Parts: sequence; C-alpha cells; structure tokens
Amino acid sequence: MFVSNIEDIPGKTIKTCYGIVSGSTVRAKHVGRDIFASIKNIFGGELKGYTELLGESRDEALGRMKNQAQQLGANAIVNVRFSTSSVAAGAAEIYVYGTAVTVE
Amino acid sequence: MDSLIIFLVLLALGFVFGKLAESRHYRSIQAREEMLVRLPATSCKKPMGNSTPISHAELVHGHVVISVDYFKQILAGLRNLFGGTIQAYETLLDRARREAVLRLKESCPTANEILNLRIETSSISKGGGDRIGSVEVLAYGTAIYYQQASSQHSRS
Repeated sequence: MFVSNIEDIPGKTIKTCYGIVSGSTVRAKHVGRDIFASIKNIFGGELKGYTELLGESRDEALGRMKNQAQQLGANAIVNVRFSTSSVAAGAAEIYVYGTAVTVE
Repeated sequence: MDSLIIFLVLLALGFVFGKLAESRHYRSIQAREEMLVRLPATSCKKPMGNSTPISHAELVHGHVVISVDYFKQILAGLRNLFGGTIQAYETLLDRARREAVLRLKESCPTANEILNLRIETSSISKGGGDRIGSVEVLAYGTAIYYQQASSQHSRS
C-alpha cells in the first residue's frame, strides 16, 4: 500500500479513483498517565505517556484507513490529511482521511 | 500560609527544572538539526530543482507532546492581565515544532527529500480548569527516495 500526502505517488501514475477513505479513533488517557502528566506539568518537558498514546492511536487510525482502501480494491492512498480534536476533557479524536486510488 | 508556601515551592521547582529542561532540549535540538541538515524538508509538492527518477515514496510523520512548567504558567497568567507577547509559550511551541520535524526526519534517515511537509498543532489538555497545560504538534509529509542516489548515499 502506497501512501502519500501529495496529489500523486511520485514515480507512479494513477489509473482509477475510488473516492474518500478515512479512519478514526477516540482514545482516553488512563488515570495513571493523567496523574503523572499533572506532576510533569510542574516541571515542564515532554509528556512521554501522551506522546505514546497519540502515536498508537494515529497508527490505528492509519490502519483502519488502509483496511478500508484494501476492501475497495485500491493499492494506494493519496492526499492524506490528519486532524486531531479533543471531543471531551481527557479524550482525543484522531481522524485520518485520503483518496483511494490504484497506481501503476 | 501553608498554601502560600506550597505555591512558592512549586513556583521555584518550576523555575529551576523548567529552565534546565528547556536549555537541555534546545541543545539536543540544535545538535540533531545539524546532523540532519542534508535531508531537506519543503512545503512544495514537487521535488526541487532536479529530475532524478524517484524509486519510491512513503508517508512519514513525527509528533511530540510538550507541557509548560508551573512558573511559566503563572507568568503567562500575569501576562494575560496586561496583554502582549507571551514569550514562555512562544519558546514552548518553537521547541515542540522543531522536535516534531526532527522526529519525522529521524523516522526516515535514508530518504532524499521530504515533500509537502505539514505541521499541525493542537492543545490536548483543555478542560483542566485554568491550566493551559500541554500542546501536541504533529508533522507529516511524503519522503521520497531517488533511484540511484540511494546507493550513493549508503556509500557516504
């Protein structure tokens, strides 16, 4: 599966287009990480727990998008965009979308 | 009285550790930026200036969550009364963005160029009362590998 965030896959040509595919996850941070993060808030610096959490959810969202594209019979996704929004205090939604195509 | 002491202790801890963490982070950012200077990242959609055939391309991303320290939060709160630039947050966002781009580059060290780099910022811990807390920065782009340049690169 080729994935890119420009309009085409460099070095390949697009044959057919299948339309939008997307994947999303909503994840909450667990209490342990929350407590640790609030301590870390005093000293400043990177919140590794949250970095990991968001990384995992982004990979999951990407995986779901790729599955959807595979089901359509596509072999590439172009023009991928990420967006993050906090739906409630303590939970974040990660949304990934792109256009499924076949390339040669 | 007790709460005042706790407040002052937190303020002092934030000041000392926050300063240390920030200068350490800036040093590591600078060192790594120098190492990765040969891998350019652009916001253009086409490779710049040369027409070497491309062997393959892939989506790459890097992200980081960074929080401010207690001292800077209080400082920024005071700033809010008078208005003006809040330098404490400017350096925080600067560090977060540079770190995210560095992680993106470190995830594909053998690439030749990164196209269409996009940077997105979101604050993930709202809702915590008056605490502004932490920001997440995500950088993503398309890494491209040139056909014969990749073999040249592995020799150097």
